[in-house]
Amino acid sequence: MEKFKDFKKRTVIAPDGEKIEIDPMKDYYCDAIPTPRKDYDKIPGILENFKNWARSESLWILAYGSGCGAIEMRPLMTPKHDAYRFGIQWRPTPRQANLLMISGYLSVKTLRIVVRAYEQMPSPKYVMGLGSCTINGGMYWDSYNTINRLDHFMPVDTYVTGCMPRPEALIAGFDELKKIIRAGKGVGADKYAENFAWYKENQKKILGDVGLPEYSW
Amino acid sequence: MKEIVNRLKEKFPVTAEIYQRDDLTFVTVEKKYGVDAVAYLKEYEGFTHLVLLTAVDWLEEGEFQLTYLLNNPKAKHDIGLRVRIDRETAEMQTAHHLWPAVTTYEQELNEMFGISFPGSPRQGHRFILDEAWQGPPPYRRDFDTKKYSEETYFPRPGRSKIDPSEHMKKKLYPEGM
Repeated sequence: MEKFKDFKKRTVIAPDGEKIEIDPMKDYYCDAIPTPRKDYDKIPGILENFKNWARSESLWILAYGSGCGAIEMRPLMTPKHDAYRFGIQWRPTPRQANLLMISGYLSVKTLRIVVRAYEQMPSPKYVMGLGSCTINGGMYWDSYNTINRLDHFMPVDTYVTGCMPRPEALIAGFDELKKIIRAGKGVGADKYAENFAWYKENQKKILGDVGLPEYSW
Repeated sequence: MKEIVNRLKEKFPVTAEIYQRDDLTFVTVEKKYGVDAVAYLKEYEGFTHLVLLTAVDWLEEGEFQLTYLLNNPKAKHDIGLRVRIDRETAEMQTAHHLWPAVTTYEQELNEMFGISFPGSPRQGHRFILDEAWQGPPPYRRDFDTKKYSEETYFPRPGRSKIDPSEHMKKKLYPEGM
Protein backbone atom coordinates (compact mmCIF):
# COMPACT_ATOMS: atom_id res chain seq x y z
CA MET A 1 0.00 0.00 0.00
CA GLU A 2 2.99 2.26 0.61
CA LYS A 3 3.77 2.69 -3.07
CA PHE A 4 0.27 3.98 -3.86
CA LYS A 5 0.45 6.91 -1.45
CA ASP A 6 0.49 9.35 -4.38
CA PHE A 7 -3.00 8.30 -5.37
CA LYS A 8 -5.01 11.25 -4.05
CA LYS A 9 -8.74 11.81 -3.84
CA ARG A 10 -10.14 13.91 -6.67
CA THR A 11 -13.45 15.16 -8.07
CA VAL A 12 -14.48 14.39 -11.64
CA ILE A 13 -17.38 16.00 -13.53
CA ALA A 14 -19.49 13.44 -15.34
CA PRO A 15 -21.01 14.12 -18.83
CA ASP A 16 -24.37 15.03 -17.27
CA GLY A 17 -22.76 17.62 -15.00
CA GLU A 18 -22.77 15.51 -11.85
CA LYS A 19 -19.74 15.76 -9.63
CA ILE A 20 -18.24 12.39 -8.66
CA GLU A 21 -15.70 11.88 -5.90
CA ILE A 22 -12.99 9.40 -6.83
CA ASP A 23 -10.79 7.82 -4.22
CA PRO A 24 -8.29 5.55 -6.00
CA MET A 25 -7.47 3.62 -2.86
CA LYS A 26 -11.13 2.76 -2.33
CA ASP A 27 -11.66 2.06 -6.03
CA TYR A 28 -8.79 -0.38 -6.31
CA TYR A 29 -8.96 -2.05 -2.94
CA CYS A 30 -11.72 -2.93 -0.55
CA ASP A 31 -10.93 -3.05 3.14
CA ALA A 32 -14.11 -4.92 4.00
CA ILE A 33 -13.75 -8.67 4.18
CA PRO A 34 -16.24 -10.72 2.15
CA THR A 35 -19.42 -12.08 3.71
CA PRO A 36 -21.15 -15.35 2.81
CA ARG A 37 -24.78 -15.47 1.66
CA LYS A 38 -27.22 -16.36 4.43
CA ASP A 39 -27.77 -20.17 4.59
CA TYR A 40 -26.02 -20.45 1.26
CA ASP A 41 -26.13 -24.23 1.11
CA LYS A 42 -29.88 -24.45 1.71
CA ILE A 43 -31.27 -21.81 -0.67
CA PRO A 44 -34.39 -23.51 -2.10
CA GLY A 45 -36.66 -22.71 -4.97
CA ILE A 46 -37.13 -22.75 -8.72
CA LEU A 47 -35.33 -19.45 -9.20
CA GLU A 48 -32.13 -20.69 -7.58
CA ASN A 49 -32.29 -23.90 -9.63
CA PHE A 50 -32.68 -21.84 -12.77
CA LYS A 51 -29.74 -19.64 -11.77
CA ASN A 52 -27.59 -22.69 -11.10
CA TRP A 53 -28.49 -24.12 -14.49
CA ALA A 54 -27.49 -20.84 -16.14
CA ARG A 55 -24.24 -20.69 -14.18
CA SER A 56 -23.32 -24.25 -15.08
CA GLU A 57 -23.90 -23.60 -18.78
CA SER A 58 -21.67 -20.55 -18.95
CA LEU A 59 -18.34 -21.40 -17.40
CA TRP A 60 -16.01 -18.58 -18.27
CA ILE A 61 -12.43 -19.47 -17.53
CA LEU A 62 -9.71 -17.03 -16.60
CA ALA A 63 -7.09 -17.63 -19.30
CA TYR A 64 -4.19 -17.85 -16.91
CA GLY A 65 -1.79 -20.77 -16.85
CA SER A 66 0.18 -21.27 -13.69
CA GLY A 67 2.15 -24.34 -14.75
CA CYS A 68 2.66 -26.87 -17.51
CA GLY A 69 -1.05 -27.79 -17.54
CA ALA A 70 -1.88 -24.60 -19.41
CA ILE A 71 -0.72 -26.33 -22.57
CA GLU A 72 -3.65 -28.76 -22.28
CA MET A 73 -6.15 -25.92 -22.48
CA ARG A 74 -5.05 -24.83 -25.95
CA PRO A 75 -6.39 -27.92 -27.77
CA LEU A 76 -9.72 -27.31 -26.02
CA MET A 77 -10.02 -23.95 -27.74
CA THR A 78 -9.33 -25.39 -31.18
CA PRO A 79 -11.87 -27.17 -33.42
CA LYS A 80 -10.68 -30.66 -32.47
CA HIS A 81 -12.10 -30.55 -28.94
CA ASP A 82 -14.01 -27.26 -29.19
CA ALA A 83 -14.97 -26.56 -25.58
CA TYR A 84 -17.02 -23.55 -26.71
CA ARG A 85 -19.91 -25.89 -27.63
CA PHE A 86 -20.32 -26.56 -23.87
CA GLY A 87 -20.62 -22.86 -23.08
CA ILE A 88 -17.01 -22.72 -21.94
CA GLN A 89 -14.81 -19.88 -23.02
CA TRP A 90 -11.61 -18.16 -21.96
CA ARG A 91 -11.63 -14.58 -20.79
CA PRO A 92 -8.71 -12.17 -20.47
CA THR A 93 -9.46 -10.68 -17.05
CA PRO A 94 -10.62 -12.03 -13.68
CA ARG A 95 -13.54 -9.59 -13.72
CA GLN A 96 -15.11 -11.47 -16.65
CA ALA A 97 -14.41 -15.00 -15.43
CA ASN A 98 -16.13 -17.29 -12.97
CA LEU A 99 -13.92 -20.38 -13.21
CA LEU A 100 -10.30 -20.30 -12.13
CA MET A 101 -8.28 -23.24 -13.38
CA ILE A 102 -5.05 -23.87 -11.53
CA SER A 103 -3.18 -25.65 -14.25
CA GLY A 104 -0.41 -27.60 -12.57
CA TYR A 105 2.22 -26.67 -10.03
CA LEU A 106 1.97 -23.39 -8.16
CA SER A 107 5.17 -21.67 -7.22
CA VAL A 108 5.09 -19.22 -4.34
CA LYS A 109 5.33 -16.24 -6.68
CA THR A 110 2.45 -17.55 -8.76
CA LEU A 111 0.34 -18.20 -5.67
CA ARG A 112 0.55 -14.49 -4.89
CA ILE A 113 -0.96 -13.66 -8.28
CA VAL A 114 -3.53 -16.45 -8.16
CA VAL A 115 -4.86 -15.28 -4.78
CA ARG A 116 -5.29 -11.76 -6.16
CA ALA A 117 -7.01 -13.09 -9.29
CA TYR A 118 -9.35 -15.31 -7.27
CA GLU A 119 -10.41 -12.45 -5.01
CA GLN A 120 -11.05 -10.19 -7.98
CA MET A 121 -13.39 -12.65 -9.68
CA PRO A 122 -17.10 -11.93 -9.16
CA SER A 123 -19.18 -14.35 -7.12
CA PRO A 124 -20.25 -17.11 -7.63
CA LYS A 125 -16.85 -18.44 -8.63
CA TYR A 126 -15.44 -21.91 -8.98
CA VAL A 127 -11.95 -23.36 -8.77
CA MET A 128 -10.72 -26.42 -10.62
CA GLY A 129 -7.37 -27.99 -9.74
CA LEU A 130 -5.57 -29.58 -12.66
CA GLY A 131 -3.04 -32.35 -12.23
CA SER A 132 -1.58 -34.04 -9.19
CA CYS A 133 0.49 -30.97 -8.28
CA THR A 134 -2.58 -29.16 -6.97
CA ILE A 135 -3.65 -32.21 -4.93
CA ASN A 136 -0.51 -33.19 -3.04
CA GLY A 137 2.38 -31.47 -4.75
CA GLY A 138 2.85 -34.10 -7.45
CA MET A 139 6.42 -34.54 -8.56
CA TYR A 140 7.31 -31.22 -6.92
CA TRP A 141 6.13 -32.37 -3.47
CA ASP A 142 9.54 -31.79 -1.81
CA SER A 143 10.43 -28.61 -3.68
CA TYR A 144 11.32 -25.55 -1.64
CA ASN A 145 9.35 -23.23 -3.90
CA THR A 146 6.05 -24.90 -4.85
CA ILE A 147 3.03 -25.32 -2.61
CA ASN A 148 1.68 -28.80 -1.91
CA ARG A 149 -2.05 -28.41 -1.32
CA LEU A 150 -4.19 -25.94 -3.18
CA ASP A 151 -7.21 -26.37 -0.88
CA HIS A 152 -5.39 -24.63 1.96
CA PHE A 153 -5.36 -21.36 0.03
CA MET A 154 -8.73 -21.30 -1.76
CA PRO A 155 -11.77 -23.59 -1.83
CA VAL A 156 -11.49 -26.11 -4.66
CA ASP A 157 -14.68 -27.44 -6.26
CA THR A 158 -13.21 -30.28 -8.26
CA TYR A 159 -9.89 -31.80 -9.22
CA VAL A 160 -8.78 -33.44 -12.45
CA THR A 161 -6.06 -35.96 -11.72
CA GLY A 162 -3.18 -36.87 -13.96
CA CYS A 163 0.23 -35.59 -14.86
CA MET A 164 -0.81 -34.07 -17.17
CA PRO A 165 -4.51 -34.83 -17.80
CA ARG A 166 -5.53 -35.07 -21.43
CA PRO A 167 -7.98 -32.51 -22.85
CA GLU A 168 -10.67 -35.23 -22.78
CA ALA A 169 -10.16 -35.52 -19.02
CA LEU A 170 -10.66 -31.79 -18.73
CA ILE A 171 -14.00 -32.05 -20.54
CA ALA A 172 -15.00 -34.80 -18.09
CA GLY A 173 -13.95 -32.46 -15.29
CA PHE A 174 -16.16 -29.70 -16.69
CA ASP A 175 -19.07 -32.17 -16.74
CA GLU A 176 -18.41 -33.02 -13.10
CA LEU A 177 -18.28 -29.33 -12.19
CA LYS A 178 -21.58 -28.72 -13.97
CA LYS A 179 -23.20 -31.47 -11.90
CA ILE A 180 -21.84 -29.90 -8.71
CA ILE A 181 -23.14 -26.46 -9.64
CA ARG A 182 -26.61 -27.75 -10.62
CA ALA A 183 -26.87 -29.59 -7.30
CA GLY A 184 -26.32 -26.24 -5.58
CA LYS A 185 -22.96 -27.28 -4.16
CA GLY A 186 -20.82 -24.79 -6.05
CA VAL A 187 -20.54 -22.48 -3.05
CA GLY A 188 -16.77 -21.95 -3.00
CA ALA A 189 -17.03 -18.16 -2.73
CA ASP A 190 -19.27 -18.45 0.35
CA LYS A 191 -16.96 -20.99 1.92
CA TYR A 192 -14.02 -18.68 1.25
CA ALA A 193 -15.89 -15.83 2.97
CA GLU A 194 -16.95 -18.03 5.87
CA ASN A 195 -13.43 -19.34 6.58
CA PHE A 196 -11.74 -16.15 5.47
CA ALA A 197 -9.47 -15.88 8.52
CA TRP A 198 -8.18 -19.44 8.08
CA TYR A 199 -7.45 -19.00 4.36
CA LYS A 200 -5.71 -15.66 4.99
CA GLU A 201 -3.62 -17.19 7.77
CA ASN A 202 -2.43 -19.96 5.44
CA GLN A 203 -1.69 -17.49 2.65
CA LYS A 204 0.21 -15.17 4.95
CA LYS A 205 2.28 -18.02 6.36
CA ILE A 206 3.86 -18.38 2.93
CA LEU A 207 3.45 -14.97 1.31
CA GLY A 208 4.11 -12.83 4.36
CA ASP A 209 2.66 -9.34 4.54
CA VAL A 210 4.53 -8.06 1.48
CA GLY A 211 2.38 -6.50 -1.21
CA LEU A 212 -0.91 -8.19 -0.28
CA PRO A 213 -3.90 -6.00 0.43
CA GLU A 214 -6.21 -7.31 3.14
CA TYR A 215 -8.84 -8.12 0.55
CA SER A 216 -8.95 -7.09 -3.10
CA TRP A 217 -12.31 -7.57 -4.74
CA MET B 1 45.36 -23.23 -25.66
CA LYS B 2 48.59 -24.21 -23.97
CA GLU B 3 50.23 -20.93 -24.99
CA ILE B 4 47.37 -18.96 -23.50
CA VAL B 5 47.68 -20.84 -20.22
CA ASN B 6 51.46 -20.36 -20.25
CA ARG B 7 51.04 -16.62 -20.77
CA LEU B 8 48.45 -16.60 -17.97
CA LYS B 9 50.88 -18.44 -15.72
CA GLU B 10 53.49 -15.70 -16.16
CA LYS B 11 51.03 -13.15 -14.80
CA PHE B 12 49.13 -15.12 -12.15
CA PRO B 13 49.95 -18.26 -10.15
CA VAL B 14 47.83 -21.06 -11.65
CA THR B 15 47.20 -23.89 -9.18
CA ALA B 16 45.56 -26.41 -11.53
CA GLU B 17 44.87 -26.83 -15.24
CA ILE B 18 42.70 -29.29 -17.15
CA TYR B 19 42.88 -29.61 -20.93
CA GLN B 20 39.47 -31.14 -21.54
CA ARG B 21 39.23 -30.64 -25.30
CA ASP B 22 41.22 -28.85 -27.97
CA ASP B 23 38.96 -25.84 -27.53
CA LEU B 24 38.05 -26.14 -23.84
CA THR B 25 40.38 -25.61 -20.88
CA PHE B 26 39.86 -25.11 -17.18
CA VAL B 27 42.37 -23.29 -15.01
CA THR B 28 42.24 -22.63 -11.28
CA VAL B 29 43.66 -19.51 -9.68
CA GLU B 30 43.66 -18.19 -6.15
CA LYS B 31 40.82 -16.02 -4.94
CA LYS B 32 42.76 -12.75 -4.85
CA TYR B 33 43.79 -13.08 -8.52
CA GLY B 34 40.36 -14.26 -9.76
CA VAL B 35 38.83 -11.08 -11.16
CA ASP B 36 42.20 -9.79 -12.40
CA ALA B 37 42.74 -12.99 -14.35
CA VAL B 38 39.26 -12.70 -15.89
CA ALA B 39 40.00 -9.09 -16.86
CA TYR B 40 43.35 -10.14 -18.38
CA LEU B 41 41.71 -12.90 -20.46
CA LYS B 42 39.07 -10.44 -21.66
CA GLU B 43 41.38 -7.57 -22.54
CA TYR B 44 44.49 -9.34 -23.89
CA GLU B 45 43.49 -12.87 -24.96
CA GLY B 46 40.24 -12.12 -26.80
CA PHE B 47 37.84 -13.92 -24.45
CA THR B 48 35.30 -11.15 -24.82
CA HIS B 49 32.13 -13.14 -24.16
CA LEU B 50 31.03 -14.32 -20.72
CA VAL B 51 29.10 -17.57 -21.16
CA LEU B 52 28.22 -18.04 -17.51
CA LEU B 53 29.25 -17.56 -13.93
CA THR B 54 28.26 -20.43 -11.70
CA ALA B 55 29.06 -21.98 -8.33
CA VAL B 56 29.56 -25.52 -7.05
CA ASP B 57 29.11 -26.30 -3.36
CA TRP B 58 31.94 -28.53 -2.09
CA LEU B 59 30.36 -29.12 1.30
CA GLU B 60 32.89 -31.70 2.57
CA GLU B 61 35.83 -29.44 1.76
CA GLY B 62 34.12 -26.33 3.11
CA GLU B 63 34.53 -24.45 -0.14
CA PHE B 64 32.56 -22.91 -3.00
CA GLN B 65 34.00 -23.21 -6.49
CA LEU B 66 33.16 -20.33 -8.81
CA THR B 67 33.55 -20.87 -12.55
CA TYR B 68 33.79 -17.98 -14.99
CA LEU B 69 33.26 -19.60 -18.38
CA LEU B 70 34.63 -17.31 -21.08
CA ASN B 71 34.40 -17.60 -24.84
CA ASN B 72 36.66 -16.32 -27.59
CA PRO B 73 34.27 -15.83 -30.50
CA LYS B 74 37.04 -15.35 -33.11
CA ALA B 75 39.14 -18.41 -32.23
CA LYS B 76 36.06 -20.40 -31.06
CA HIS B 77 37.78 -21.28 -27.80
CA ASP B 78 36.34 -21.60 -24.32
CA ILE B 79 38.21 -21.20 -21.07
CA GLY B 80 36.79 -21.84 -17.63
CA LEU B 81 38.46 -19.89 -14.86
CA ARG B 82 37.89 -21.49 -11.50
CA VAL B 83 38.24 -19.89 -8.10
CA ARG B 84 37.85 -21.63 -4.75
CA ILE B 85 36.44 -19.50 -1.94
CA ASP B 86 35.82 -20.23 1.69
CA ARG B 87 32.34 -21.52 2.48
CA GLU B 88 32.00 -19.80 5.86
CA THR B 89 32.73 -16.24 4.77
CA ALA B 90 31.49 -16.84 1.16
CA GLU B 91 32.75 -13.58 -0.28
CA MET B 92 34.23 -12.75 -3.68
CA GLN B 93 35.26 -9.60 -5.51
CA THR B 94 32.69 -8.38 -8.02
CA ALA B 95 33.34 -8.49 -11.77
CA HIS B 96 30.34 -6.43 -12.86
CA HIS B 97 32.58 -3.68 -14.27
CA LEU B 98 33.74 -6.11 -16.98
CA TRP B 99 30.30 -7.19 -18.25
CA PRO B 100 26.98 -5.70 -17.07
CA ALA B 101 25.45 -9.20 -17.28
CA VAL B 102 27.64 -10.32 -14.39
CA THR B 103 25.33 -8.36 -12.10
CA THR B 104 22.53 -10.83 -12.77
CA TYR B 105 24.75 -13.87 -12.15
CA GLU B 106 26.06 -12.34 -8.94
CA GLN B 107 22.56 -11.50 -7.79
CA GLU B 108 21.49 -15.10 -8.40
CA LEU B 109 24.52 -16.56 -6.59
CA ASN B 110 23.88 -14.18 -3.71
CA GLU B 111 20.29 -15.33 -3.44
CA MET B 112 20.62 -19.06 -4.08
CA PHE B 113 24.07 -19.80 -2.56
CA GLY B 114 24.47 -16.94 -0.11
CA ILE B 115 27.74 -15.79 -1.69
CA SER B 116 28.19 -12.04 -1.31
CA PHE B 117 29.84 -9.80 -3.89
CA PRO B 118 30.46 -6.47 -2.13
CA GLY B 119 30.02 -3.51 -4.47
CA SER B 120 27.86 -5.35 -6.98
CA PRO B 121 24.48 -3.72 -7.62
CA ARG B 122 21.23 -5.45 -6.57
CA GLN B 123 22.87 -7.57 -3.88
CA GLY B 124 20.32 -8.69 -1.32
CA HIS B 125 17.37 -7.94 -3.63
CA ARG B 126 15.04 -10.83 -4.38
CA PHE B 127 15.44 -12.23 -7.88
CA ILE B 128 14.05 -15.75 -8.32
CA LEU B 129 12.65 -16.44 -4.88
CA ASP B 130 9.55 -14.77 -3.52
CA GLU B 131 9.82 -11.46 -1.66
CA ALA B 132 8.67 -13.16 1.53
CA TRP B 133 11.29 -15.96 1.45
CA GLN B 134 12.54 -16.57 4.99
CA GLY B 135 14.62 -19.73 4.70
CA PRO B 136 18.35 -20.16 4.09
CA PRO B 137 19.85 -20.04 0.56
CA PRO B 138 18.22 -23.09 -1.08
CA TYR B 139 21.05 -24.19 -3.39
CA ARG B 140 23.44 -24.87 -0.50
CA ARG B 141 23.81 -28.60 -0.08
CA ASP B 142 23.12 -28.52 3.66
CA PHE B 143 19.66 -27.03 2.95
CA ASP B 144 17.10 -29.83 3.44
CA THR B 145 14.49 -29.05 0.81
CA LYS B 146 12.17 -31.91 1.84
CA LYS B 147 12.16 -30.85 5.48
CA TYR B 148 11.53 -27.22 4.52
CA SER B 149 8.65 -28.23 2.26
CA GLU B 150 7.07 -30.39 4.95
CA GLU B 151 7.27 -27.59 7.50
CA THR B 152 6.00 -24.87 5.20
CA TYR B 153 3.67 -26.11 2.46
CA PHE B 154 1.04 -28.21 4.30
CA PRO B 155 1.89 -31.71 3.00
CA ARG B 156 -1.08 -33.99 2.38
CA PRO B 157 -0.83 -37.09 4.57
CA GLY B 158 -1.03 -40.57 3.09
CA ARG B 159 1.53 -40.19 0.37
CA SER B 160 3.07 -43.60 -0.32
CA LYS B 161 6.11 -44.59 -2.32
CA ILE B 162 6.55 -47.68 -4.43
CA ASP B 163 10.00 -49.09 -5.09
CA PRO B 164 10.04 -49.81 -8.85
CA SER B 165 12.16 -52.98 -8.70
CA GLU B 166 10.08 -54.53 -5.87
CA HIS B 167 6.87 -53.61 -7.71
CA MET B 168 8.00 -55.25 -10.96
CA LYS B 169 9.23 -58.37 -9.11
CA LYS B 170 5.82 -58.78 -7.48
CA LYS B 171 4.02 -58.16 -10.75
CA LEU B 172 6.11 -60.46 -12.95
CA TYR B 173 6.86 -63.25 -10.43
CA PRO B 174 3.95 -63.40 -7.98
CA GLU B 175 5.06 -66.87 -6.69
CA GLY B 176 8.60 -65.73 -6.00
CA MET B 177 11.80 -66.00 -8.01
